[in-house]
Amino acid sequence: MYRIEVSVKQGFADPRSNGLQKDILDLGITSVTKAKVSSVYLLEGALEPNELITICRELLADPIVEEYVTQVSPAPEGARLAEVAYNPGVMDPVEESVKKGIRDLGIKTVTAVRTATKYLFWGDVTDETLQSICDKLLVNSIVQHIVASKEAVVLPSANYQFQLEKIDIASMDDDALMELSKGRFWLNIHEMRIIQNYFKKLGRKPTDVELETLAQTWSEHCCHKTFKAKITLGDKIIDSLIKSTVMKVTQELNKPWCLSVFKDNAGVIDFDGRYAVCFKVETHNHPSAVEPYGGAATGIGGVIRDPLGTGLGAFPILNTDVFCFGPPDYPYDKLPKGVLHPRRIFKGVRAGVADYGNRMGIPTSNGAILFDERYIGNPLVYCGTVGIMPKRMSQKGMQKPGDLVVVVGGKTGRDGIHGVTFASGDLDKESETLSQSSVQIGNPIVEKKALDAIIQARDLGLYRRITDCGGGGLSSAVGEMAEETGVRVNLEKVPLKYAGLSYMEIWVSESQERMLLAVPPDKIDYLMAIFKREDVEASIIGEFTDTKRLELFYRGNQVCDLDMEFLHNGLPQLEREAVWQPPENPEPDFAQSEDLIGDLKKILGAWNVCSKEWVIRQYDHEVQGTSVLKPLVGKASDGPGDAAIIQPLADSRKGLIISNGINPKYGDIDPYWMAASAIDEALRQIIAVGGDLREVALLDNFCWGNPEKPDRLGALVRAAQACYDIASVYGTPFVSGKDSLYNEYETGEDTIRIPHTLLISAMGVMDDVGRAVTMDCKEEDDSIYIVGATYKELGGSHYYALHDAVGSSVPKVNAEKGKQLMNALAAATQKGLVKACHDLSEGGIGVAVAEMAFAGGLGIQIDLTKVPLAETIERDDFVLFSESNSRFLVEVAPEHKSVFEKVLKGVVCADIGQVTKEKKLEITGSDGKVIVNANIDGLKEAWQKTLRW
Amino acid sequence: MSKVKVLMLRAPGTNRDIDTQIAFEMAGASVVESALVNELTSKEKSLDNYQIMIIPGGFTYGDDISAGRIMANEIKLGLGKDIRRFVEDGRLVMGICNGFQVLVKTGILPGIAGQSEQPVTLTNNDSGKFECRWVYLKANEKSPCIVTRGIDMIYAPVAHGEGKLVTERDTLEKLSVTLQYVDEKGKSGAGYPYNPNGSLNDIAGICDPTGRIFGMMPHPEDFVRWTQHPRWSSEKEQKGLYGLQIFRNAVVWAKGI
Repeated sequence: MYRIEVSVKQGFADPRSNGLQKDILDLGITSVTKAKVSSVYLLEGALEPNELITICRELLADPIVEEYVTQVSPAPEGARLAEVAYNPGVMDPVEESVKKGIRDLGIKTVTAVRTATKYLFWGDVTDETLQSICDKLLVNSIVQHIVASKEAVVLPSANYQFQLEKIDIASMDDDALMELSKGRFWLNIHEMRIIQNYFKKLGRKPTDVELETLAQTWSEHCCHKTFKAKITLGDKIIDSLIKSTVMKVTQELNKPWCLSVFKDNAGVIDFDGRYAVCFKVETHNHPSAVEPYGGAATGIGGVIRDPLGTGLGAFPILNTDVFCFGPPDYPYDKLPKGVLHPRRIFKGVRAGVADYGNRMGIPTSNGAILFDERYIGNPLVYCGTVGIMPKRMSQKGMQKPGDLVVVVGGKTGRDGIHGVTFASGDLDKESETLSQSSVQIGNPIVEKKALDAIIQARDLGLYRRITDCGGGGLSSAVGEMAEETGVRVNLEKVPLKYAGLSYMEIWVSESQERMLLAVPPDKIDYLMAIFKREDVEASIIGEFTDTKRLELFYRGNQVCDLDMEFLHNGLPQLEREAVWQPPENPEPDFAQSEDLIGDLKKILGAWNVCSKEWVIRQYDHEVQGTSVLKPLVGKASDGPGDAAIIQPLADSRKGLIISNGINPKYGDIDPYWMAASAIDEALRQIIAVGGDLREVALLDNFCWGNPEKPDRLGALVRAAQACYDIASVYGTPFVSGKDSLYNEYETGEDTIRIPHTLLISAMGVMDDVGRAVTMDCKEEDDSIYIVGATYKELGGSHYYALHDAVGSSVPKVNAEKGKQLMNALAAATQKGLVKACHDLSEGGIGVAVAEMAFAGGLGIQIDLTKVPLAETIERDDFVLFSESNSRFLVEVAPEHKSVFEKVLKGVVCADIGQVTKEKKLEITGSDGKVIVNANIDGLKEAWQKTLRW
Repeated sequence: MSKVKVLMLRAPGTNRDIDTQIAFEMAGASVVESALVNELTSKEKSLDNYQIMIIPGGFTYGDDISAGRIMANEIKLGLGKDIRRFVEDGRLVMGICNGFQVLVKTGILPGIAGQSEQPVTLTNNDSGKFECRWVYLKANEKSPCIVTRGIDMIYAPVAHGEGKLVTERDTLEKLSVTLQYVDEKGKSGAGYPYNPNGSLNDIAGICDPTGRIFGMMPHPEDFVRWTQHPRWSSEKEQKGLYGLQIFRNAVVWAKGI
């Protein structure tokens, strides 16, 4: 074995080591005076001395800034050493690249490669300090370990001896059935009994793979049984929550531009008559909780495959991501056992999503990050992807019997086994160890290659149907695709990363970057040639039949024979109880602060409100050259844009607007108004940037606690009901959605339930991107209008949170009025009357007006007494920080004021102030008293400094 | 020859080929095609059919080991001679972002006689982070570079983690610098974030002594329409800042071959 260490030469900048040093300081460890990071490569094989030198010089070490050593170098005197490597079986994408690089050099004798990272620390570093650095920064024991001594590069791979496992289910009593289900299938006793009866009737024992397939197909993750359940809430019975709310509104609105909704991997709408666009948002919460980098990377990797697996395949054109974490300054000593610190989760998730999305060449143009202590054990990682395809390819394909089942992309390993069933249970302190095999590591380049090859094959019409291999692996993908026909699969034909996998593991593995195609036999050679040229794995693993059966074989032995009807429709509708008891949060009683500037700065600097520039700039939002309205806008390109706009086609000015609405704090008071507010917010953002409501599609993503607990379910019902009520009035159909339930963490003493969290994502089509409007104020002497009425609605607001209160006056939505107002404002924008527009959300008028001012580099002066109130509000601070929905601040040039007012006639709208040259925010309250007079640079600093990492 | 044909050389992970194709088409190229390195080495496709060869941005082979390294070796060992002949024929070779990294790591750039195999490198940004932000670039009017002829300034986004140009002092003196990071008024030495990566002498782009091999880190292909400008809705259109000029210059030169 050869060992090569590569590090930055003395005298050259070493950002990697400097970054680590800073991270150590951030932990509060001050004793480390210097840190040094080196890359370690371990090569197996026989090499001539000159070959080793060639590998080092021409491949592994940069000739200018790096140096290498080929011996084991002990820690220099006074330094402490730690070396970290991936655990055996964890895929390290760098290994493949190194092997290829060595082959390219003409050296064919290297048989295996492993990589590791070596860390050296100087200063007064005790054992305890070193341990703490390793635990908190360097090692995640799920995927990595400290290298103890000399390790073998390749572990002897286990040989797999075929043995069919049958389970004697017929004789089991309820206890035995549940024992079988627990920790493996996560099915309840009713479901287990149905399976038992099915095999009793057949008069045979099920195989392990048959039970696995049923468990996956019937899992919450795959079939959303809670949303389809019969739910009793008081004297009301809801027969399928999804059909009576989000799907119902779409059905009733019956928009002709909805091309494919709730039936494919993403919701599809018409774009311009030639092209269709589709959108899907997924969550990858549980994997991100245990391994933030890999979990989040495979989260984005997975959702990219959704549009790619929609219709006949859409090309991904935009990514969006929304994260919910515990507060980054959470005390380490309060962390529940088995939980990673939120700061580490945040950094890992950010890096995972960025590294994958950037490498795929998809702009990340929109997102949000929220913080709440209750996300400490269950962070939420929402990833979304928009795709585009020719309209004629927007419908799901259909295979014919005799078509070949072709799996393309990544090879199959043990990664992610049981991910789906894992996602359908609660996390607890044991999860970290239990879920080892559920961890997935992504390889974006494999996915990029697959994408490139698939789009070529699509345009040549080489396959009849496509779907992604996601949660549940081949089991879900093949099982779902073959529902209408039947299929026969030979599992030994699936290409493996390493030997030793059983037929069952092959079938349920959730290895990443795989897609499934149905290919007519006469097209297969052409298809295989394209995949070969693009260096993408493609294997024929079986064929579609007309038997309506799922038949699996392993080396000629039949291991599964299930009836598609039972597999897909054998699960009876679940019955669940729900209750809804409004929580009691009294309105707080505190006096208006003398220092409203201080309060405003605190809200601007709050984790949820502060600038996310640190994150945004590490995402490529320019690739593909489509950006029209970027995530950061304004004079210094650092203001918070309300929504993203892209121009997907170079030869058409048509635009696509993407926005999102989310505010879990309102859910603490009433999930109904939380959902209503989220929809209103997503739509507000579309209007604010110059869009209109004519063609806006919505996506729902519910992240909730355990739905088997009636209060959680009651809250879910209320939120879903609001989705129906509000979207019906706004005329905005839902086209796709997803849920992630069971987000609760058992600490051993306590259960931490996440706040009810609903993300509403919106996609709107815009006729001319030239009508886009940004939120930064543009010119002195322009007027600032407020559009929309202000209520005394501070429940769940940032202002109340500042005073440690939740309150009960949650912001409500009057969708009739909201719609009228949004239509009027959209008309004004269309006429070119709006110079800047910002929607009012967290922090109300106070935050919005400050953001408009500092993003524009100008001052703003407003008079709060001119703000139209829908009810009496006696206090200036309440007017300033109320978070009422359906409101905007709009900048209008003096010469357009009268026309603007005419267009807005009939909706609540008032001129409340103007843009000033002096860089000051001046707010006048009741009795003409100036209640805020602040320099905009100071406000901006308060907003930016929180997350200037 | 009046029909301009462009070849985009790609490898797994190339991703700014779409943007590059649009820019060349807008600039008047007749044919913009792509080929994998192995399609050229296997002679399925030939460089001879094109006047311009460009390596677009992306993350070839995931930027594993270091950005552009693996594709650079692929080219060096399989296409080095063909590319040299291509340039000797008066044709153009361009590399943007990852393509620039590849050209530098093959040693094709800076192409100064008597230097070591790879005298220049592009390495980790000083910030230690991948960064996406718009930068101002000033063209060096004394540079022999074909594609920056007549250009004063360009505004374009960077999107990279390894864009810091580093070299030894004597190479630095001989380098043909074509583009430098500057502030909005065109002044160099403005520091971060104007120079987003800590590049020596604010270098954003260089060419070889012939002026026909050119590489740059920022993405001129992402500023070919006014609505791509970060402040297009509040500022007056300035055609002089377009990245498109680079592609126009390339096409004009190619028409004359």
